[in-house]
Parts: sequence; C-alpha cells; structure tokens
Amino acid sequence: MTPAGSFPGKPIHKELSKLEVSIEANRCLYCYDAPCTRACPTHIDIPRFIAQIADANVKGSARTILDANPLGASCARVCPVDELCEGACVYNTESDTPIRIGDLQRYSTYVVREAGTRVFEAGAPTGKRVAVVGGGPAGLAAARDLRRYGHAVTIFEAREQLGGLNTFGIVPFRLSTDVALWEAQQVIELGCEVRTGARVGDDVSAASLVAEYDAVILACGMGEVPQLRIPGQEHVWDALAFIERAKTTGEAPGLGNRVAVIGAGNTAIDALTCAKRLGAENVTMYYRRGEAEMPAYEFEYDFAKEEGIEFRFHCAPKRVIAEGGGVVGLELARTDGEGSFVAPCDTVISAIGQNRLLDAIDALGVAHDNGVVRVDESLRTTREGVFAAGDCIFAKGVREAMVVEAAEQGKTAARSVHELLSHEVPHGRSRQ
Amino acid sequence: MADLGSNLAGIRSPNPFWLASAPPTNSGYQVQRAFEQGWGGAVWKTLGTPIVNVTSRFAGLNYREHRMVGMNNIELITDRPLDENLKEIAECKKAFPDRAIVASLMEVCERKPWHELVKRVQEVEIDGFELNFGCPHGMSERGMGAAVGQHPDLIERVTTYVKEAARVPVIVKLTPNVTDVRFPARGAARGGADAISLINTINSVMGIDLESWKPIPHVDGKSSHGGYCGPAVKPIALNMVSDCARDPEVGIPISGIGGVETWRDAAEFLLLGATNVQVCTAVMHSGFRIVREMIEGLNDYLDAKGIASVRDLVGKSRDTITTWENLNLNYKIVAEIDQSRCIHCNKCYIACEDAAHQCIDRVAHGNNGTYDLVVDADHCVGCNLCMMVCPVDCIDMLRVDAGLPSQSWKERNALAPS
Repeated sequence: MTPAGSFPGKPIHKELSKLEVSIEANRCLYCYDAPCTRACPTHIDIPRFIAQIADANVKGSARTILDANPLGASCARVCPVDELCEGACVYNTESDTPIRIGDLQRYSTYVVREAGTRVFEAGAPTGKRVAVVGGGPAGLAAARDLRRYGHAVTIFEAREQLGGLNTFGIVPFRLSTDVALWEAQQVIELGCEVRTGARVGDDVSAASLVAEYDAVILACGMGEVPQLRIPGQEHVWDALAFIERAKTTGEAPGLGNRVAVIGAGNTAIDALTCAKRLGAENVTMYYRRGEAEMPAYEFEYDFAKEEGIEFRFHCAPKRVIAEGGGVVGLELARTDGEGSFVAPCDTVISAIGQNRLLDAIDALGVAHDNGVVRVDESLRTTREGVFAAGDCIFAKGVREAMVVEAAEQGKTAARSVHELLSHEVPHGRSRQ
Repeated sequence: MADLGSNLAGIRSPNPFWLASAPPTNSGYQVQRAFEQGWGGAVWKTLGTPIVNVTSRFAGLNYREHRMVGMNNIELITDRPLDENLKEIAECKKAFPDRAIVASLMEVCERKPWHELVKRVQEVEIDGFELNFGCPHGMSERGMGAAVGQHPDLIERVTTYVKEAARVPVIVKLTPNVTDVRFPARGAARGGADAISLINTINSVMGIDLESWKPIPHVDGKSSHGGYCGPAVKPIALNMVSDCARDPEVGIPISGIGGVETWRDAAEFLLLGATNVQVCTAVMHSGFRIVREMIEGLNDYLDAKGIASVRDLVGKSRDTITTWENLNLNYKIVAEIDQSRCIHCNKCYIACEDAAHQCIDRVAHGNNGTYDLVVDADHCVGCNLCMMVCPVDCIDMLRVDAGLPSQSWKERNALAPS
C-alpha cells in the first residue's frame, strides 16, 4: 500500500486547527430535534457530538458518531454533506453559513484514530454465528454491530484487504487507505474472524455458509465496470481498476498525456481527477446526457472543475481508435444532434457503472431483479436467514449508493439478524 | 458634542471613565499611557505599607469562545515604596492637570497611622482619596480591606479619622462580600465620606484544574480565595449601586464599578445613579485604548438622545428599581414568534417544554415534514425564556391588555380582608 502522503497533490480536506474546531463547535446551536440529524442517513446525534467536542470530551464525541455510523471517519470525507447534514443546518440563511459538521466529524474521528482509543467493546457472547459476505462499508457496519450484539462474526472478503470501495475505489486525496483500513481494523478488533481472498461461490460454497452459520448477510457490493460494447473496447481501462492501481501503487504506467473518461458519476470524477494528478495534461469527461443529468455530486463536479478537468456533454462513445496496439483517439457520436467527431487521446477510461455480482447472488439462491437483490424493509432477502445490504441492493431511484447509506443498511441488517437470533428487539443501545 | 464632564463630590474629570485602583494604575508610566488614550481619571493602586506578592496571581473564566468573562486575582496592594508612588503621582498630575488622580489608601484601623498616611500623600497634588475597604484577599487577613468593609461601625470610624486629616474629597470603596451593602454604605456616610465607590471584587475560587486537581491560579500547588470581577459581575454591581442610590440614609454620590467594558455598561451604571464609573478588567483584557470607543460611544448616544450633558443621565432609571411587592400583577406579555425569521432550531420549544410552561407547539404543515413553532398565547406566562434562547431574535414579547387596572401585591394585600 502506498502511504497516503505519497500520491501527487494535496488532500482535498484541510484539517481544522484547534482554534477552528473550538470556534466551530461553539457556534453550533445545539438544536433540539436537529435537522442535521434527521438529514443524516445514519442519524448521528450531531448536536450531541459537537457539544462533546466543545466540552473537551472528544472520545465521547467519537462514540456518538461511531455508534450511529461505524464508517464515520470515511463518511466525514466522502459524504455529500451539502445535501445531507450541512445542507439541513439551520444556519443555511442569507447571513450565516452552516456548521462545518463534516470537518468536525473528521476531527473527532482523527483524534481517536491518532490516540488509538478503543471506543466500543464486543457484547456478551450469544453463541450464534453470522457470516458476512463482503468486507466493504455495508459488511463492516453489519459486522461491527453484530459483534456489539455478541454474535460471532466471520467476514468473507474476496480481496486481500477489507474496506471495499473505501480502500480501493475512492481516490487517495479524498479518502486515504489508512483511514479506510483503520475503520476496518476497529471492526476486526471487536473479535471478527476475517477470511480474505474468499470469494463466495468460488472459494467458499454458499451452501456451507447457509449450513454452518445461523444467519448470512450478503454485502458483496458490485463488480467491474461493464463493457462499452463498441469497437476497440478491449483497449478501454476499467475506472475502478485504474483508481485501485493508482491508489495502491501511486502510479499508472501508460496513462499518457490525453485521457478520455466516459461517464459522469462520482467514480468518473475520481478517475478524471486521479488521471490529472498523475500528470495527464488533457483530461476530458464525455457524457451522453447533459450537465443537469450528471449523477456526480455537485461538490465532486466542482472539485473536478477546480482540478482543471474538461467536460463534454451530449456525446456517446462510438469507437476506440487504436494504432499499433496503442490508443490514438476516441470517436464520439453527438446525442443532441447529428454526426460524430474524434477526440485524440492516449487512454480511454470507462466509468459507466458496475456489473452485478450474479454468481454470488445466485449461489446464495436469493431472488433479484436484474441483479439487484430483492429485500424488504428489514433487509431480509427471499431466503430465510439471509439478509442483504450495500451496493448489492442499490437500485436507482430506490436507494442511494452512498457509503453512509451502506453503513445504515449494514446496521439495519445486523439489527434484523439480531432480532431473528434473539427473537426480541435489542435493548440497551441508546442513541439519544 | 455632548458634555462628558463629570463631577464626583467635587472631583472633576473630563469624562466619567476612570481607571479603578488595580494593576493598570500601578505606576506613573501606566497612568500616563492611560491619560494619553483619554481616561478621565485614575484611582492609583492602593498605597500603604508595601507588601510582598506571590506568583501566579490572576485567572480568567472563559465561557465557550469568550475569554475572561470573569477574572479573579490574588494580587495585593502596591509593592512599591510610598515615595516612589508619590513622585510618579506628581509627575502624572503635572503632565495631565485636567485629569482626576485619586489616591487609594489602606492602613490598619488606628487614627495615627491613617493621619500620617493621608498627610504624606497630600504632600503631592491629588484630587481625592479612596479608602480601600474592599480588597477581599490577603489584606483582609491582616485586618484591613474587606475586613473593615464588613463592619459598618469600623467603616464609619476610619472614615472619620481620614476626614479629620484630608483636604480633598474622600471616597469609601465598599466590598460586595456582605449581606446588604446599604449598611456599610450608611457607615461611610455617617463617617462623613463624600462619596462611595462599589463594588470591589467578590470572594471567589476560580476553578480546579481537572488534570492536576490543583486550584486555578495556584501558588506552588495551593491557592486562597481571590477577588472576582469582569463582565460576569456587572449584574451584581448594578444591584448594589441601585440599592445605595435609592437609600436615603446613604445619600452621597456613587462611583460605579464592576464589569464595565463598554460605554453601554457605563450608561447603565449612570442611569441607576452612579456619577461615574471605574474600569479595570476590560483594560487588563484589551489595554487602555478601549476608552476611545467608550468616550465616542457615550457621546454619540447622548447626541442621539438629545442630551446635552452626561450629568443629565445620572439616576434617570434609579426609581425603576423597586421591591417585588410594588410590581404590577396585572401587567401581561406573551411571546410571539415571527415565522418569517424563525430558523427552526427548536431551542425555544425545548426550553419552554422542559423548563417553562409547555406553551410552544410544533404545528406541522400537512405531511411534508415542515412545521411552525407557535406560541399558545392563552397559557404563555410571558417569562421571556424563549426570547432569551432564540439565536436569531425572532421572538417578541407583546403586551396584552388584561383589561385590569395596575395592582401590586402590596395593594392587593391592603384590599384583602384581614
């Protein structure tokens, strides 16, 4: 793993000084039934954690954050706070600016991370065993709460390291590997068994999971970027694979000077900005729809603009032009008119979404809709004892594919498992 | 330009802003710097037998982001020889003849030492004396300062000694560490004092360090109670000034002290009956320069009000303070929330719900998650709490005509059949 600091360019987030923390924490009004808390998918008691910072009880503030959101440190870096907590702050007035909730949350989690403070303990053993398939945000959140309930947990992770997209799929200048792995480590230290390199369906049989565990939580996420299905597609790079290589090695051999990225989501933004910071001079996003339809968060789009990315809307990839084994251009068709044009480039990167992991889903025998695992409100799948959370249940217009949503779903799945295994609603987990 | 000229029992100064006897008036260097900035007068750091001080000496009370909303000190009177102080007083007076220089004095409670001290100090030109019967720490253990100020008869006696020898007006500075400040004030008046000044600092322990479990401040691990001052004590000072200003048995001019930081604070003291004010903590926090804003602010205020002289402000609110039994029981106000300015922080709601009379409702607009905070005017008791906690000042307290004539508790009891 490349240390966070070795990647070119500065981290996106500037840490608050002690004085800024104090001023900002004391500026918070400590609203009652606060809109920020209501806007947070994990319902962190934000006024409480900020008051705890102001009271010089930073461990307490981290406990408040992480109790509600086991991924609180990464969410303080990747959450679209303008659309969630900070967007709901009562200080969004003509004369005031919202409390910097994300910055304060990053501060609080940074302090406990630096100090090595242990915030939670595992619950008394229940004798029940739960398999969590996937060690990404949803799986980690589920595992953390299952351990606090006292159930034995085994995480089956296909990769060699936990964290999922937090570890591999988000650019290091937004979320460094050490933060993602620290978060995973907090879960492991509660006493989870972790089996890496264990892909369900290949390395581990789904039947054995169902047979050996009292419950299964499927949190396998999604797979590779789908094929573009255009001539020359074999020359196209997978955006997630590119980001992973860049994040883990700090370089991307053969990237070249001119990079075309197809797609307009957050992963596209990550691929664009990553390519730019690795030295590509001319980095352009191509999107078949218009600016208004861009799925990327506004703050991600703004950031990409600041980084010097170019944007071309209403053009769809038609053909990758290669000469002598190397890419020389990308032909694009206009979607708002007639004709096409060729954009000279050295590398084409695709970020048009992710494939569904049908092998794992089918192996577990749960119903799905075009690869989206079917779940009820408690995140029960159609198979008794099998639950699902995270990107494998993400469906456009139904759920958001945010880390913070994955965390909440992991919590919900863990609570549902706990209810199943204990036949009662869990007690003693105060969130007030 | 309003006339800011002030006259406290014959002690004239170009404005009503004096420096209190305290660390900022410890030396001629400091007092001259203060006069350069415009201070109207200075009460010199208390003269007497030079003492030995300890370190450390001060501590600040911080409230959230605000530093020194309160301050505490365990410094004693001057630690410099009398001759040195007198030489510097003379130099100051020569350089700034229009400013008031008052010598604060402290001595054991015997006639002869007091006469000697008064006569020595009068050898230089001064405008008045202030008798330090207020210092609550250290000196009080030696039978001086607040130890005198807590005994009206001792105040009277020592004031009499000083008046026998003094050729300039004598101010008696009072300690707030008493049950009813009017009694020592009356003692001063009986002793012939020309004015009183109050309050001196309040007995206080500033805090305990949660890591070391030592007091703040500490002197090699220990501390003693100190004198508390700064913005936090202003309400206590205003009450005591008001008590003395309204008491016919006191009946002498008042120099107001306690938490004065701005012209606004000063104006409040004057309105309650103080002739001028003395300032210390604000200067310790920000330096002598603050007097420029005080002078300008008071002048602009008087001009805006069409008041020609600051002397016309003195006592204008004096009689608005009375005893509870005289308050009108039929006066009613209720809260009203301006929906257009409300930011829905719900601070008024939870304050009223948990700590007042459960008179604010959250009225939903259908099912869209939005709501108004609405006062139940029929049950609102007009306590002001919601208005106080509102961060955007969108709550007004409105007069409601109860349809009843004014009636106080006293009047109601007088009517009741016995």
